[in-house]
Amino acid sequence: MNRAKYDGVVACVPVTVPYVRHSIRGAHWFLARALRELIATAGLAKSDVDGLCVSSFSLAPDTAVGLTQHLGMSPRWLDHIPMGGASGIVALRRAARAVQAGDADVVACLAGDTNHVESFRLMLGNFSQFARDAVYPYGAGGPNASFAFLTAAYMRTYGATREDFGHLCVAQRQNALAFPHALMKKPLTLDAYLAARAVAAPIHLFDCVMPCAGAEAFLVMTADRAKRLGLPGVRILGTIERHNAFPEDPIQLRGGWAMDIDDLYAQAGVGPEDIDFLQTYDDYPVISLMQIEDLGFCAKGDGPAFVRRHTFTNDGSFPMNTSGGQLSVGQAGAAGGYLGLVEALRQLTGRPLGSTVPDARIGLVSGFGMINYDRGLCSGAVVLADTSSTTGSKPRAPDTGSTAAVRAGP
Amino acid sequence: MSLPRPPKKNPILRTRAPTTPPGGRSRVALGLTTAAALGRLELQVCRDCGTVQYPPREACHACLSERLRWTAQDGAGELIADTVLTHSNDLYFRERLPWRLGMVRLDAGPSVVAHVHGDVGDAPARVRVGARLDRAGQAVLVAFPEQETKDMADDRQLREMTCDPQYRKVLVTDGKTPTGQAVVRALVDAGADLVWVGHAEPWKQYAGFDAIAGLHAVTPVPLDLTDSRAVSSLAAQIGGKVDIVVNTAEHHRTFGIGDRRGLDAARAEMDINYFGLLRLAQDFGPALKARAADGDTGACAWVNVLSVYALANFPAHGTFSASKAAAYSLAQCLRAEMRASGVRVVNVFPGPVDDEWNQLVPPPKLAPSALASAIVKALRDGVEDVFPGEVAQDWLARWRDDPKALERELSL
Repeated sequence: MNRAKYDGVVACVPVTVPYVRHSIRGAHWFLARALRELIATAGLAKSDVDGLCVSSFSLAPDTAVGLTQHLGMSPRWLDHIPMGGASGIVALRRAARAVQAGDADVVACLAGDTNHVESFRLMLGNFSQFARDAVYPYGAGGPNASFAFLTAAYMRTYGATREDFGHLCVAQRQNALAFPHALMKKPLTLDAYLAARAVAAPIHLFDCVMPCAGAEAFLVMTADRAKRLGLPGVRILGTIERHNAFPEDPIQLRGGWAMDIDDLYAQAGVGPEDIDFLQTYDDYPVISLMQIEDLGFCAKGDGPAFVRRHTFTNDGSFPMNTSGGQLSVGQAGAAGGYLGLVEALRQLTGRPLGSTVPDARIGLVSGFGMINYDRGLCSGAVVLADTSSTTGSKPRAPDTGSTAAVRAGP
Repeated sequence: MSLPRPPKKNPILRTRAPTTPPGGRSRVALGLTTAAALGRLELQVCRDCGTVQYPPREACHACLSERLRWTAQDGAGELIADTVLTHSNDLYFRERLPWRLGMVRLDAGPSVVAHVHGDVGDAPARVRVGARLDRAGQAVLVAFPEQETKDMADDRQLREMTCDPQYRKVLVTDGKTPTGQAVVRALVDAGADLVWVGHAEPWKQYAGFDAIAGLHAVTPVPLDLTDSRAVSSLAAQIGGKVDIVVNTAEHHRTFGIGDRRGLDAARAEMDINYFGLLRLAQDFGPALKARAADGDTGACAWVNVLSVYALANFPAHGTFSASKAAAYSLAQCLRAEMRASGVRVVNVFPGPVDDEWNQLVPPPKLAPSALASAIVKALRDGVEDVFPGEVAQDWLARWRDDPKALERELSL
């Protein structure tokens, strides 16, 4: 392993454009608001932002290119990342390298979508060529149907129960109650979770995210620049991304993380036992269980047992999706792929909008995106650390056999 | 479970409006439809490395070869996960929930999403995947039980993809020909509720007509496809009740151009074979479309008895071939116009039928009863193009291989 580190670069200025269920605005509106708040918070002029990275489904027919003219920007570095739930991590690692190499000084990473009443239905039919040819004609159930297959296969293979998924959903709702941007405002009980109506069994109502409109954003710049601007930043210890992993698996029971996890912890110089909180990509709870396993917090297939012996609220034994995750905050399109990352920046700079994870110094954020046909193709993960921490400064031998010795209970 | 007889329609209750499942496909995916229209399951197989592809692709996902050939598959596989949709954003499926779906790992390699027949057990279960045309006229995959089960065709989801005549009301446009009479008998045997049988010029006695007219489900109706007013008048009477139209009316004379004098025979052929279809379609098409989702046994199909001579002219029956080619072209138009409603247009391309007008054509010839069975089977299987009999299959193979070569072969 000889990958360069991300020394000298930070991510900072976590921004959320508040979520609404439906909006009559376009995606450009949400992205513009995100950019405006980024530069206002950072004390920068728009022209100081010389790198731009955009993720949005509803920006079409525009891409990041059109957005530069729409927003009157002249960046010297531009990227458009159509990777859904992996967008935030991929944006961060690309922007960090651009800043490190001097190709850009300040990169604004934006993800946002609008949600018209018709948007979700219209998007489903044209999500990808494979989806249009080989999934959508089968009931037009969208991701609910695809994840019903994965969930059913996971439950049968590893003995997970609906209660296991329910524990995660209930804990995330608890975290969300303190988070002002969460669309879900009412507590969720396990009984209510279990009693909810089926959507595509074994997927029931509270296993599904609520599509909504909103945006998430952050800036990437050198640590020195952030310091000069007085912006608290977060260090990047290690990152991975992988696409179309394990294509021979008959059905997806693992994601690309399983291919790259040694690489991630080796680059980061930490192990699963050093992680203070985890932000999974949680469009459905089964994916959170896969991430817990594939990111090395327990062995493959031990996810259900792990869920049964841990608590996942911010004061629990394994704080996870600390703002409530998409399941309780809502899924603002591509912004869903930024939600956990932006929340991690807040926790690690000691400025959470909701409840605090006590003494959080190292966080792991994971991304998962794009059900192109029968499985999510994009996966990624990033280990982040607060700037005061020195953890991860030394290379560390990979240690995949370790079970997470996560923090003891309160 | 066998399908119970549907209750009589209650006119106070809401009538379900016709909708179709999502019909958009990439061009490369239409290969699946091409095979399914004939009742076959074919997937792309790489000619260089043998890898079976699904979903349809432009290049082999193993070796990147572009030499992918649609190849027949047995569809054997294992259902590895399934679900029952109880929610859908699509208008067609919303009306038909709950709907069972699954993922099948084919023994041939790929994992496929498929509609799942109700008799398939819980996953994991062995299944046989077949291709069917859905109400949008596009191919979809269906996972069937590995072994035939009792009343398999009566599965609620499967019936959405087929046009089973059981409990349906059918108009057969001409019951005086051997083919027309065989079709009537086959439909009655298949459980059709009611078969209207057209007879032009009722004062003429044709052999066998009285026998079929006496069958319990059969009602003779006057119908002459050359008479626009007669067609309109019948449509006004029964058009709102017909679930399946089988157009057996045909005018057939031998010879081509040089052995004929004048235009009378050719004009008569066109008047029935082409304009007759046009008249029928204009008068019966709209009502059929409007009732395409009306209950479990709503309007569902339009069958055209064409001829394999529609593909390439058979000079010994040259003007007849031309009239059937015209009818075929019009049937394609009808199919396109019917698609939005989900009514299936089935085109049947028999080789020479063993009847009066093919006396001088050497065997093998298709027995009218075999043609009738092929039509009922097509309706039950939900296929769209039927080439019954050895001659039709032979012509089809030659035509698909090289239409120009077939033209030369026929001119010898």
